[in-house]
Amino acid sequence: MSEITGLTIAELRDGFRGGEFSAREIAEDYNAAVEAAQLLNAYTLTTPDEALAAADIADQARLGGNPLPLSGIPLGIKDLFATLGFDSTAGSRILGGFRPTYDSHVTANLRKAGAGMLGKLNMDEFAMGSSNETSAYGPVISPWRRKGSNVGLTPGGSSGGSSAAVAAHIAPGATGTDTGGSIRQPAAFTGICGIKPTYGRCSRWGIVAFASSLDQAGPMARSVRDCAILLEAMAGFDPRDSTSLDLPVPQWEANLSSDLKGKRVGIPREYRIDSVPAEINALWDQGIEWLKDAGATPVEISLPHTKYALPTYYIIAPAEASSNLARYDGVRYGLRVDGESLDGMYSATRAEGFGAEVKRRIMIGTYVLSAGFYDAYFTKAQKVRALIKQDFRKAFESCDVILTPTAPSAAFGIGETTDPLAMYLNDVFAVPASLAGLPAMSVPGGLDGLGLPLGLHLIGNELDEQTVLNAGLAIEERAGFTARPERWW
Amino acid sequence: MADVAGPYRIKGETGDWEVVVGLEVHAQITATKSKLFSGAATAFGAEPNTQVSLVDAAMPGMLPVPNKECIRQAVRTGMALDAVINRTSRFDRKNYFYADLPQGYQISQLYHPLVGPGEVEILLDEKDENSVKQVGIERIHVEQDAGKLMHDQHPTMSYVDLNRSGVALMEIVSRPDMRSPAEAGAYLRKLRAILRYVGSCDGNMEEGSMRADVNVSVRKPDGELGTRTETKNVNSVRFVMAVVEHEAKRQVEVLEGGGTVAQETRLFDPDKGVTRSLRSKEDAHDYRYFPDPDLLPLELDEDFLDECRASLPELPDAKRQRFEGLGITAYNASVLTAEVETARWFDALLDAGAEPKQGANWVVAELFGALNRRGESITDTPISPEEAAELLRLVADGTISGTIAKQVFEIMLETGEAPSKIVEERGLRQTSDTGAIDAAIDQVLADNADKVEQYKAGKEALFGFFVGQTMKAMAGKANPQIVNERLREKLG
Repeated sequence: MSEITGLTIAELRDGFRGGEFSAREIAEDYNAAVEAAQLLNAYTLTTPDEALAAADIADQARLGGNPLPLSGIPLGIKDLFATLGFDSTAGSRILGGFRPTYDSHVTANLRKAGAGMLGKLNMDEFAMGSSNETSAYGPVISPWRRKGSNVGLTPGGSSGGSSAAVAAHIAPGATGTDTGGSIRQPAAFTGICGIKPTYGRCSRWGIVAFASSLDQAGPMARSVRDCAILLEAMAGFDPRDSTSLDLPVPQWEANLSSDLKGKRVGIPREYRIDSVPAEINALWDQGIEWLKDAGATPVEISLPHTKYALPTYYIIAPAEASSNLARYDGVRYGLRVDGESLDGMYSATRAEGFGAEVKRRIMIGTYVLSAGFYDAYFTKAQKVRALIKQDFRKAFESCDVILTPTAPSAAFGIGETTDPLAMYLNDVFAVPASLAGLPAMSVPGGLDGLGLPLGLHLIGNELDEQTVLNAGLAIEERAGFTARPERWW
Repeated sequence: MADVAGPYRIKGETGDWEVVVGLEVHAQITATKSKLFSGAATAFGAEPNTQVSLVDAAMPGMLPVPNKECIRQAVRTGMALDAVINRTSRFDRKNYFYADLPQGYQISQLYHPLVGPGEVEILLDEKDENSVKQVGIERIHVEQDAGKLMHDQHPTMSYVDLNRSGVALMEIVSRPDMRSPAEAGAYLRKLRAILRYVGSCDGNMEEGSMRADVNVSVRKPDGELGTRTETKNVNSVRFVMAVVEHEAKRQVEVLEGGGTVAQETRLFDPDKGVTRSLRSKEDAHDYRYFPDPDLLPLELDEDFLDECRASLPELPDAKRQRFEGLGITAYNASVLTAEVETARWFDALLDAGAEPKQGANWVVAELFGALNRRGESITDTPISPEEAAELLRLVADGTISGTIAKQVFEIMLETGEAPSKIVEERGLRQTSDTGAIDAAIDQVLADNADKVEQYKAGKEALFGFFVGQTMKAMAGKANPQIVNERLREKLG
């Protein structure tokens, strides 16, 4: 029998149900692996007892003959999700020690489905970042290294703790959130799968808000099937979130099929960017071939407003964030730094509580919403966002799923990218689908010349996660991506 | 407009000035007893921080969900003000930092309010139904209230009570259509009456469920509009009128002294009866309004609107007209419809069979008099409309006289007993027994022979004296009509 921590969620589930191993063994193995991987700094909090308690309940359920969908599966939870009784800090000092009295809808769903919790995963502060370097609790170190190099690499961001944990086999799966690529880019950087569903599939209730109109939770795991399994448990209507979709959760796993006969794969010409390394464009071409092999027909499509997506995103997301983060004021919870006056207390608390990137975005957001600039920035960005949505609507008249690279580069070294604008470019391929609220996924396609993973990006039509997952499965089967980081931690 | 006294003018050194007034009334939606986006309870006077949900405290990851009943009440209110109901509206965030504002923004409606233009008819003279004036409503939007700071709990710190945080408010914005303190007062009273008829807001200004921001400017009669000031959070009709009066005078003094009126926010000091500057336009916040991304646009369908319309009660103006149609005087009709409780009580009186005109006179004169004396409101009165109708019936059918009726009414107030029981048990039934009346008259005339002389000599005013004496001798129970007839006969 192979190592428990080397198994996918589907394999764990089947092995547990078939009695090959107990849930307790799974939890113990993972707890040990987590404990042994502290150098990665992937977890901000470990909860081994919580994992064991859920495992014992799972073992009981199995003996009783009625295991739940995720019984026996311990997961890592991004620290953006509020977890009842466990610190939930959003990677920020301002929420240091904040212990919610409530569970987010998504984590409550996972709990109800029988999943355990290994701990809380590190992340960019308030999910603002593409490298995990903005976390107040130190950067996560990717388990991957360039061939022959000891340079520490980023696992991507903002769900960098999640991606590193899944890639390093210290969690079989993890929750992530994606506002402008925060699931997909780290998945690509670490050779795992991650899907952001249609906006509204997962309730945002209990997830610390970054940009409300863009934030969406999703799973990160080692296979397409695992993503389908987790997403089914995470999604679902929640009346406490006005933007939650009141629709039944599809049976994504049961309907997985890599047969793409009759499907048209859109290849957007605007995503061919000269500055992107040739290896990435080559992988993209390879991806087209794989999908053809699965029965799909490639069609060229145009998404003419793509070049405005990043600037639009960097107006709307900071605008919403500047308002969403106003509640961290030192009055009711979290950090408070005293001042001479109420305003002094606000300034001192927020100056000390927020990191540089969060402050930058609050300032950008405040600026674009302020009198005299609102129309020029925010209103215009809303209009462009509508045009970007329209681009996709038109494109999906002539195709069923869109294939692009996930990120314009492989993982970079910690500290290598210091220019914020260069950092923002990481999300150039991911952001348009976020602005349009569409389901999108990254699946590993291969390694670059330095031995680092590269991802392929699939964007689906509204509510059509199934086609995204199916195309992902077709790539997964053909790419045969089995590379693993060599253990150095 | 039939203003007998002429238009309201401020007499300045340079001549007459006209005041221009607009009101922004914040009315709490008290009908729902739950908050606008969290559903938490909203009982007044509860212990601090006991009516606070996770949403109201703006805990991380909490989201607002519109309370449909609050929306329904605001729509009904708009309909009662003859206003346009916008099928699509949306919520915006008004961003500012304050310790009583947990989210760091108030959810309000700037760009697309729920209710558009409407109007309120006010009566400038209660006795003159032609003295009407229309005050335009610009819009009504729905928004959250903030919490409350308590500065008296600790020597150096302020405490925060979030019970009010997230409570639903309607902001009812009038057009600058009022031209005097009296008009502002009449508008506010009428608006309050309509809200109370509709039931959306209890109009309780002492408890803060209704408060007004008073916008005042002055100009030469019918000249260009002047710069306005806004006096915040005025919490009684009387204070609103005082603000208009004081602000208008102050602004005239400023202008005639060669100064300019600053566009600013002011506060009213009820003890001194003056307003003072709170902050100027330069210090005004940049609220950075933008559509709340946590909330979808509010779409209202026809079924919902139909239900709202169907649920509206008869409103004050319609009721007043109906009452007048029943022969009730314009004044009485106006008084009886000014408060929803009075109107309801009076309608119940009519339902119990009271004659409208007699009933109206009795309520306005007798019942209100008694309530005033006893410091009670109509909802406290121990007398039911049915018992009152019975009392009026006893008078109408001659069972008791009007004088005895007053006596019976007093006993009813004290004992809560039914009027017919009081009349029977205490033997107050009016007598038409001419034998007994004749005997009483004969005695009175015999006892007052001198006055009979004077009467016969032409001092006819003494007739009333004889009536009074006879009634007194009969302990008020004699049928006054028969007393009159018999007296005239006997006095020749």
